[in-house]
Amino acid sequence: MDLANDSAKATALAPGTEAPDFTLPSTPDQSVTLSEFRGQPVVLVFYPEDWSPVCSDQLALYQELLPEFQRLNAELVGISVDGIWSHLAFAKDRNLHFPLLADFEPKGEVSRRYQVYRSSDGTSERALYVVDADGIVHWSYVSPVGINPGADGILRALEELESGVTR
Amino acid sequence: MTRTEWSAELALPISEERDHIEGPADAPVTLVEYGDYECPYCGAAYPMVKEVQARMGDKLRFVFRNFPITTSHPHAEHAAEAAEAAAAQGRFWEMHDYLYEHQRGLTDKDLHQYAEELGLDIDRFDSELAEHVHGPRVREDFMSGVRSGVNGTPTFYVNGRRHDDSYDTETLLAALEQAKA
Repeated sequence: MDLANDSAKATALAPGTEAPDFTLPSTPDQSVTLSEFRGQPVVLVFYPEDWSPVCSDQLALYQELLPEFQRLNAELVGISVDGIWSHLAFAKDRNLHFPLLADFEPKGEVSRRYQVYRSSDGTSERALYVVDADGIVHWSYVSPVGINPGADGILRALEELESGVTR
Repeated sequence: MTRTEWSAELALPISEERDHIEGPADAPVTLVEYGDYECPYCGAAYPMVKEVQARMGDKLRFVFRNFPITTSHPHAEHAAEAAEAAAAQGRFWEMHDYLYEHQRGLTDKDLHQYAEELGLDIDRFDSELAEHVHGPRVREDFMSGVRSGVNGTPTFYVNGRRHDDSYDTETLLAALEQAKA
């Protein structure tokens, strides 16, 4: 496992910060706007690149957990700098049934606004955000880029929201 | 810092009644694996775990829990249910070993054949698989893994703490010996 990239890791937006609104394409003729999810929590999964081994495992785990996220009334979206056609092929190949958003033009702009762009690599960090029903960051986490952060942190944050815990 | 840290520890304690266990209950070290029968990395880890068990003898208790990632491995769920169906007949470890030794054939037909070869009550096995009798147990294992910070397969825990290093025989042995000391 590659832990060496940990040193240059970004610091994500803090809980309590308003999550920057964005609109990004999810297919060639559809897009997703964060503020359209107001009223329910949203999980933002920033990941470095389609097709890389860790990303595939991580996203497969989230696919497996979609019923849990739905039970907690949450939407989950993936975000990387890959273009929309790469996302479509990747989602089809890996059986992923949640939106993968293309932070492609201007490249990495949304990742930068969430403070999770790695300019050294030209990709996003491996970072997780849970945004509450009012569009406020409830929880954020930047994982070492080679480490799959799993899902327990996301589930805890969503359960806190469900039980009305604020930070 | 805005990061939230948490320690990756086994969320569901080991239970001699519930879990599939090899080795004595009072062994000084317990190794837990969350695994998927179709996952090639788990297949690669299988002989390493066997070697570690052979070398540690009764100093080691080994526990296996299911973590099928069906998104990537379409046969993993049924394979896990087959191992649980064998467990219901007291034959978990035989099926477990058989599955890892025949990882490339995990269709429902293959599972049926393995159950026959192991001499299980085949009608019971078939009907339990068809009715997904063991589905809830497999899901319970899976969710306990998620809550414990399992992030891929295989994920190992040494005395309840996630083993974030390589799982080759020597590294695993070193970690277990250290935990035993």
